[in-house]
Amino acid sequence: MLNTQRAFAAGLVAIVCLLSFRLNAQITADRLTAAPNEPQNWLMYSGNYYSQRYSPLDQITPANVKNLKLQWVYQSPVAGNWQTSPIVVDGMMYITQRQNDVAALDATTGRAFWIYRYTPAQDRIVCCGANNRGLAILGDTLFMGTLDAQLIAIDAKTGHAIWKASVAKTTEGYSITHAPLVVKDKVIVGVGGGEYGIRGFIAAYDVTTGKEAWRFYTIPAPGEPGSETWQRCPPNSKSFCDPDAWKHGGGSIWMTGSYDAKLNLTYWGVGNVGPDYNGDQRPGDNLYTDSVVALDADTGKLRWHYQFTPHDVYDYDSVQVPVLVDNWDGSSINVITWANRNGNFYAIDRATGRFLLGKPFVKVNWMSDFDERGRPKQTPQGDGKPTYPGNQGGTNWYSPSYSPKTNLFYVPAWEDYASIYSPAPSEYKQGTNFTGGGPRNLSAVPGAPGLGRSPLNTWTDAAGHGAVIALDPGTGRAKWEFRMTDVTDAGILTTGSNLLFTGGREGYFQALDARTGALLWKTQLGAAINSGPITYRVGNRQYVEVVSGLSMFVFGLDN
Amino acid sequence: MFITAAFLLLAAGQAPLHDAQYPDVDIAYGAKVYAEKCVTCHGTQGDAIGGVNLRSGRFRNAVVDRDLERFIRAGSPAGMPAFNLDNAEMAGVIAYLRNMNASDNTAAKTGDVTRGRGIVEGKGGCATCHRIGVTGSRVAPNLSEIGSARSPGSIERSLLDPTSQMMPINRPVRAVMKNGATINGRRLNEDTYTVQLIDDREQLHSLLKSDIQQLTVSTTSPMPSFKGTLSDAEIADVVAYLLSLKGQ
Repeated sequence: MLNTQRAFAAGLVAIVCLLSFRLNAQITADRLTAAPNEPQNWLMYSGNYYSQRYSPLDQITPANVKNLKLQWVYQSPVAGNWQTSPIVVDGMMYITQRQNDVAALDATTGRAFWIYRYTPAQDRIVCCGANNRGLAILGDTLFMGTLDAQLIAIDAKTGHAIWKASVAKTTEGYSITHAPLVVKDKVIVGVGGGEYGIRGFIAAYDVTTGKEAWRFYTIPAPGEPGSETWQRCPPNSKSFCDPDAWKHGGGSIWMTGSYDAKLNLTYWGVGNVGPDYNGDQRPGDNLYTDSVVALDADTGKLRWHYQFTPHDVYDYDSVQVPVLVDNWDGSSINVITWANRNGNFYAIDRATGRFLLGKPFVKVNWMSDFDERGRPKQTPQGDGKPTYPGNQGGTNWYSPSYSPKTNLFYVPAWEDYASIYSPAPSEYKQGTNFTGGGPRNLSAVPGAPGLGRSPLNTWTDAAGHGAVIALDPGTGRAKWEFRMTDVTDAGILTTGSNLLFTGGREGYFQALDARTGALLWKTQLGAAINSGPITYRVGNRQYVEVVSGLSMFVFGLDN
Repeated sequence: MFITAAFLLLAAGQAPLHDAQYPDVDIAYGAKVYAEKCVTCHGTQGDAIGGVNLRSGRFRNAVVDRDLERFIRAGSPAGMPAFNLDNAEMAGVIAYLRNMNASDNTAAKTGDVTRGRGIVEGKGGCATCHRIGVTGSRVAPNLSEIGSARSPGSIERSLLDPTSQMMPINRPVRAVMKNGATINGRRLNEDTYTVQLIDDREQLHSLLKSDIQQLTVSTTSPMPSFKGTLSDAEIADVVAYLLSLKGQ
């Protein structure tokens, strides 16, 4: 009897172990690499490692998109600019909500299984509100970066924290706002704080223990490669120059990178230099600010970099999501395509970092041309003159999309928009604003205060307007443009049926024909759309998700 | 004349308002605000607090005006409270602080509110188009809070060269509808698919652009200039009255 009981118990343990093994292996590293093979899911911030925000799902088509119906709504309890983009795993949706909560929802009804609440430290320092853009997953573990620069592993079944790693000190201006990226057995995050004089970095943590595996500083220390671009202050400099500029040189990371499994390289866009506007106090190109860096995913070692805006004085963060495209322009070259905040579209060989193409997609006057290595010939406009694109950029962090069906790159753009810059010396003081002056927008009524945006668009198109621009990634030329009256902070989703979904500050959620830009369907959701839509399938129904204001809306076709 | 010339430069995007170019009317208004809100601690000469000399016009932690505004709004742990100034007050105080050294605030002249009100309600004829409180037409922008929204300099320029200060949102629109109707009015809001306006009979319209055959947005203000119609002193009086309109 005893033996029987023991045998039964041993068997039960074995079954439980097997079950737990199966459950723990729910999302493997291989599944992440092969994410395009399971289009019913949306396994990471931009869908898969190529970050194309493209799904082959095709139940919703240009012909039937007009029949889309609201399936459910989930409302966030905390007011503010909600920038999250969910992940979906086998019928479960995981989202972040302000400040640093995580919710696990039934992806077909919106009903919650659990909500994990994390309260960031009260002394956190973040420039732009309690933003969090999403999660990463491996096995049964979710990963979230927090406003007070912690990285937290959360049990995806129960919503309880497993470990917490302190990535940086929030009192020094560090924060994390982007969704982490899991590569093999590591979870990779970077730090925000480009307006607070941080020294930026990207770091990888062991998914099981939270122990730091590697760290790459986006600002090299003296003697390291790239440090020569933080030049010595000229003797007898008449303007303020900071001999320790590199120590608080910025280079924040606030959007999720991409990964090429064959090359084992992970690509990250690096934010602005600190201080943002006063170049005199930090002579040199200021690497690796405003660059894309290609890092070995196992070691964090820099393989190559390309700097979009050397010695930036315009706050042209290069944090855009790196979009990987194979066989660029019919060639055998695999590239990163990149519509940059500085107004140019780029194609870069992602194995070597070689500059292949740079072409403005909006009005650009801070530079005139590129040399053969892709270095821009800068044309500063001088005191009081407008610089195009303006401070918020020709685009910004809003997710672009690439559709392999159309071979077009889609960028949410701000057109005819300029700023006038007033640089000023800025002494670094820990935890305080470190921008070196500031911009003001070129307005039709100089000096008149009180202009605003959505829901009352008092700027109007006199101070710029939004657009979706479809670019040929081989040439950078526009194939079509969908113009909006207000500007847009909404990302773009494309699908296998040649649909393009996007929003804007006006609150419209709209579907365009990805081939032509023709408007096929729209609905008014009532508040600005500030993140990228996703799509997924549960059972036989395709869903499209978008966040507007404090609410997440999920659409699908009725049976 | 100087103001007009300065504005033309600005309109062409040639030069920002630098220290020497703050409108006199901003400086004068700022002196009043200073006398009401700042003088108790900082003193008439701006040097009543040890180590702080406002008359220098230059500040270690507020190199550009935006920094100065942020500092005033946030206050200082050293003991200065936060000041929630409206746009006109902030523009004025900054202009005054930047020019305190060159400005004799006892000589600063602003217009007379009562006389200004008389002009606005009388020979100025402002109520023909504008509304203040419960009086006047709604065709042009409501002025009940103009003293909070606009800087003194902007109000003065509005009177002399209205088109130069017309907010783009307020531009006159003419919508010729596909059904043949024509609607003239002032734009209130616009998005990709619709436009909202108030017409010349004070009716509100929200129009679908798909129903509009031709939409014309004018960049010229229908308001007449008061240059030559009102004297400099009368203009100053009107500015003073409009600056007193802070809403409820």
